[in-house]
Amino acid sequence: MIYKETGQYKSSYKSDHAIFPLLQDKIAFSTLMFVAFLIIPFVINSYWEKAILVPFLIFSLAAIGLNILTGYCGQVSLGTGGFMAVGAFSTYKIMTYFPDMNIMIIILISGLITAAVGIIFGLPSLRIKGFYLAVATLASQFFLVWLFNKVPWFYNYSDTGQITVSERTMFGIPVTGAEAPSYATYLFCLVLVVVLSFAAKNLIRSKMGRSWMAIRDMDIAAEIIGVPPLKTKLSAFAISSFYIGVAGALYFAVFLGAIEVTESFDIMTISFPVLFMIIIGGLGSMLGSFLGAAFVVTLPIGLKFLMVDMVGLSAVTAKHFEITIWGLLMIVFLIVEPHGLARLWSIAKEKLRRWPFPY
Amino acid sequence: MSVELLNFIETVLNGLMSGVMYSLVALGFVLIFKASGVFNFAQGVFALFAALTLVGYQTGQVPFAHLINELFGTNYHNWYASMPNFLAILLTMVTMIALAWIIERLVLKHLVNQDPIILFMATIGLAFALEGVGDLMWGSDVKVLDVGIPSGGSVWLEEATIGLAAEGSEYYGMYVDVLNIWATVIAVILVVSLALFSQYTKTGRALRAVADDHQAALSVGISLRSIWILVWAISGFIAMVAGIMWGTESGVQFSLSLIALKALPVLILGGFTSIPGAIIGGLLIGVGEKLAEIYIGGYFETGALENWFAYVMALVFLLFRPQGLFGDKIIERV
Repeated sequence: MIYKETGQYKSSYKSDHAIFPLLQDKIAFSTLMFVAFLIIPFVINSYWEKAILVPFLIFSLAAIGLNILTGYCGQVSLGTGGFMAVGAFSTYKIMTYFPDMNIMIIILISGLITAAVGIIFGLPSLRIKGFYLAVATLASQFFLVWLFNKVPWFYNYSDTGQITVSERTMFGIPVTGAEAPSYATYLFCLVLVVVLSFAAKNLIRSKMGRSWMAIRDMDIAAEIIGVPPLKTKLSAFAISSFYIGVAGALYFAVFLGAIEVTESFDIMTISFPVLFMIIIGGLGSMLGSFLGAAFVVTLPIGLKFLMVDMVGLSAVTAKHFEITIWGLLMIVFLIVEPHGLARLWSIAKEKLRRWPFPY
Repeated sequence: MSVELLNFIETVLNGLMSGVMYSLVALGFVLIFKASGVFNFAQGVFALFAALTLVGYQTGQVPFAHLINELFGTNYHNWYASMPNFLAILLTMVTMIALAWIIERLVLKHLVNQDPIILFMATIGLAFALEGVGDLMWGSDVKVLDVGIPSGGSVWLEEATIGLAAEGSEYYGMYVDVLNIWATVIAVILVVSLALFSQYTKTGRALRAVADDHQAALSVGISLRSIWILVWAISGFIAMVAGIMWGTESGVQFSLSLIALKALPVLILGGFTSIPGAIIGGLLIGVGEKLAEIYIGGYFETGALENWFAYVMALVFLLFRPQGLFGDKIIERV
């Protein structure tokens, strides 16, 4: 009864094509946006910003990027960390060469640079498939991280090999650097995430998105009915890398502030967790990218709270426990619901439609 | 012979030896992939876990000592001072077989008929879980593993080659680590016995049948589940051998599990489904890496090509043969 679509007639093509066709969805979405834009900025504090909200937003963006490539176009990629590093280091280099450029523009240009890199590393996908491709994308991960670690030009010949962000402002308020207030960094990420998610959602519903899905479902059949594999696969790599690059730029400039490439963009800290986000959230689902990111970001915090604060284990043992539980949860999740949290949500919707009269 | 040529031979020789180490890890991957279609990312952690367990048995550590001590305020550390190598290795083997059984029971059984990517993610989960359990059980400090395999430069080879260079040139003989020679010998024994096993025993035939076609194997009465346990146990055994070799060389620590990442390019180069592919792929990558480090690495001031060179090499091969050197030919139908 709560989630009922009866009586909601569509009388124009425009309403038929709406992203949220149902009234309930519209209400839920506007409430969410209202809370996100008008309530959270006033109540946010540094802990929520640094530990939960900003990482959640940044990883959602990365998950959307990977979901476009893996979930919609069917090309498994393990190189997410490398591409995020490209975004981060392009931001750093542009910042040093153009001190007056707006940070928003810098981040978007970094995304474009990452897209170009993504096209180059997407080229093997035209020839190889499946796990062979997955392993091949690892080449990009190792090569890019090695490049940023070993070529001093990228970190401006600093002794530590670290790159550090300088302060940049939007409308007079600093959004990067140590002085940035919590609400500013949060809102900055939020605006980018909302705009880019809408763009992604619409891209997926366009001709391009449909050809991605055709390639995913069966590439040979798609080719026969006239979907060009070259253009489709490379566009998926480009757009996916754009999102991941923007996420990497935000990760460096807004979230961490200072990074060391081998630590921050390692395969274990970025590539696998992001892949896990889209699998746990749901392959080929926008909602899934967000749910997966939320799950992966909040779980370690919850586990740490439980074990260090409640049971009183030492930090090292708790860390080992965390890894164990983390791995076990991954397995359990895959066994119980291999289609991810998005599938759970659609089952819940089905239930809500009939509730409280199931028959 | 000129010194350059001798140096070249030495490099190739060392490359071949380190290639054998890669092959050892890749072999475990291939066995599991052939038999159950699972791309087992946890193979590297298997090796780590086996090595940790072996050291734990050898030195008589109490499992989960840290955890118990922290929870109950006790102070347990060791049960006994030492255990003979032979017994410790045997016990580790039993542990790995038990592990294979547990994995089949708790994980694989429930994931039959899922997408390969789901299975792959599950093995990543397994890798995390096993790493955590290994650390919890035996502690995460770096351990020394010594099962009596000699290591260090081979004096015999050094003396045998020192006279090969031309008169008057400065040449001090070839340096080859004895440990690597041992690894090669053991790997050869392992591969030959595996080949004999799968060729001449009933279980071996069943194993090949399952690798060939699950459905057909089921229909002639082969129990898939027992075969899977067997295959995972064999992989566990191979992981143990790899763990002993790598652990002796560089100590037992977390980075040991990263040898899985070293083995992946070997796999795509040799083909996921071919045991000879794993061997030859490993040798090629080992030689390629060492040669690149010496002959190309000099041109980059920065060095340390090893991390990615193997991948790029494998990638170039793949562009010409998408299924790897020895992989099954990929036939696609609409």
